[in-house]
Amino acid sequence: MRILLVEDDAEVARFVRKGLQEAGHVVEHAPNGRDGLFLAASEQFDILVLDRMLPGGVDGVRLVETLRGQGNRTPVLFLSALSAVDERVKGLQAGGDDYLVKPFAFAELLARVEALGRRPTMEAPATRLKIADLEMDLLSRTVTRGGKRLEIQPREFRLLEHLLRHAGQVVTRTMLLEKVWDYHFDPQTNVIDVHVSRLRQKIDKGFDKPLIHTVRNAGYMIRAEA
Amino acid sequence: MGGTAQRDLPAGWDALLRLLRSAGFRFALLFTGVFIGASALFAAVLWYATAGSLDRQTAVALRADTLGLMERWREGGPGAVAEAIAERLAADVENTAIYLLLGPDRRRLAGNLDRWPAGATDDGVWVYGIVEREGTRVEARILARELGEDYWLAVGRDVEEKQRLRELLAEGIGWSALGALVFALGGAVVLRRALESRLHPAVQTARAIAAGDLSHRVPLSRREDEFDRLGEGMNDMLDRIDRLMVAVRGVSDAIAHDLRTPIARARAKLEEALAGSDDPEALRAAMEQGIADLDHISRVFSALLRIAEAEAGARRAAFAPIDVVPLLAEIAEFYGAVAESRGQVLETALPPWLELVGDRDLLAQAAGNLVDNALKFTPDGGRVRLSARMLGRERIEIAVEDSGPGLAPADRARAGERFFRADASRGTPGSGLGLSLVQAVARLHGGELVLQDADPPPGLRAAMLLGAG
Repeated sequence: MRILLVEDDAEVARFVRKGLQEAGHVVEHAPNGRDGLFLAASEQFDILVLDRMLPGGVDGVRLVETLRGQGNRTPVLFLSALSAVDERVKGLQAGGDDYLVKPFAFAELLARVEALGRRPTMEAPATRLKIADLEMDLLSRTVTRGGKRLEIQPREFRLLEHLLRHAGQVVTRTMLLEKVWDYHFDPQTNVIDVHVSRLRQKIDKGFDKPLIHTVRNAGYMIRAEA
Repeated sequence: MGGTAQRDLPAGWDALLRLLRSAGFRFALLFTGVFIGASALFAAVLWYATAGSLDRQTAVALRADTLGLMERWREGGPGAVAEAIAERLAADVENTAIYLLLGPDRRRLAGNLDRWPAGATDDGVWVYGIVEREGTRVEARILARELGEDYWLAVGRDVEEKQRLRELLAEGIGWSALGALVFALGGAVVLRRALESRLHPAVQTARAIAAGDLSHRVPLSRREDEFDRLGEGMNDMLDRIDRLMVAVRGVSDAIAHDLRTPIARARAKLEEALAGSDDPEALRAAMEQGIADLDHISRVFSALLRIAEAEAGARRAAFAPIDVVPLLAEIAEFYGAVAESRGQVLETALPPWLELVGDRDLLAQAAGNLVDNALKFTPDGGRVRLSARMLGRERIEIAVEDSGPGLAPADRARAGERFFRADASRGTPGSGLGLSLVQAVARLHGGELVLQDADPPPGLRAAMLLGAG
């Protein structure tokens, strides 16, 4: 993917850029909002990673508002040291698609960038999600594996749906917490792990090839081969 | 903003402008205006009722007199009128009556007026001025009528006496107006002084606070008037600021202690790894541990900020009506998986609906913290119960009861403090911020956190009492 990173802190920028490049992406970097806006408006990117507070008169929120005003719909991930709920709401209202609070683990950033860059298109909503011999029917809300129907709770269904929509991608615990439960706080305990392991019991137990994999220091991934 | 323009003006102008801008001066001016207006109205009424009334009496008498003589004219012609005039003059003891009857060619037929009054050129004309009556000049009011056939009649009264009365009255009113003005100006000065002296303590206090002395308070006069209310308002505000300052100081102390400790630990571990073995595996493990420690510090930091956010009350702008029942049911389902994995039972006792105005995210987090705490302190196989109910009409109780070891009364009082951890809980994971957040959220919603013994004991019952409004 072609990614524009607008970040004024040289050290953070270097670290993020290097990481994203190692993951196989092309990264352009702008150290301030003005240059960032110029690049974002004049070139084609798959995703913008913006610091919320930027020097040069154009901060992240202004940058996104300007782009959206011009009809540019490139997905935007905000990076910010401002963790207050209001700040998150402000960033998302301005047209941001995701919000990540500093300090962050690189794995978390990468997972979110890849999730945003490969978002399912709104135009063609899928009615069936499928991986290997696991099939999910979104209309009848049923899940089968190898033709055998699985008993799944509504919340587990949403959890599995989220994993399936990002099949082959890492999904972090925080992402699951935010996207499946819509909670934006620290649950103190490893609640997400417990929920995933419950889901795993239902999906993978009794089948020789597990589908849900734990990615060390990052999160979970659903994929076909081991 | 106006300062630059005024700098060019002479000193006298500057002082005048300052005076005009002073609220005390404007109040005093208003007071003077009202006072003078009231006095003027009073004088006008007095004038109308006395001097005016005398004038009106004279006019009425003259009109009646004239009508009588005109009646005579119709009955008996000039002779009868002359006769009547002579009769009336003879009966005029006070010597104030004035009559004159002129025949054709301006011949004087009867009356005591030497000459036809100047200005009385038309029928029904009123004349007011000096006339000559039998050789003496008097001030008079005269009504002139044409009787017909070029006969003219003038009827008047000597008003000198009344005029003197008017002058006396006017003089009196003039003096009292002067007195009123002096009073008004004096009153204005006193009013302005009073206003200034009542405002002075508040201004004094504000200056002292601005200069950094936060212990100052506005002295109250015990009159319980508007100024005292202003002073009380300021004092309440200052008390609140004081409490916030103390809280901020408390947090900085806590941060200093409870964040430095893990930072020191992480630092020590990293340093040790660096100085110690060259085993890359051990070095890697130490670095991973260092990152984990930093993550923990970062989480504590976020929790502290969240508490500060709730305590500052800034989130109140985001309040919306919510039904807490589905919110609590979701929390129960969320943590239910954890309970199940430990063989614990998480029960709920929720009404069909329970509405309040609040912050969904913070309430969910607070309820989550209570459940999480309860699950941590309840032994495997134990029971935790999440319940919500209406208490009276105004309060909503969200309670979590566990079957753990409970909390000693001495520890309960301190449980809401940041970083406080009872000795018994040292072995369990946690930052000592969970209940602080619950307490801050409860307070944000106009309520409090209440800790009691579970019923039946042992165990802890932690309840958030929230205002329903």
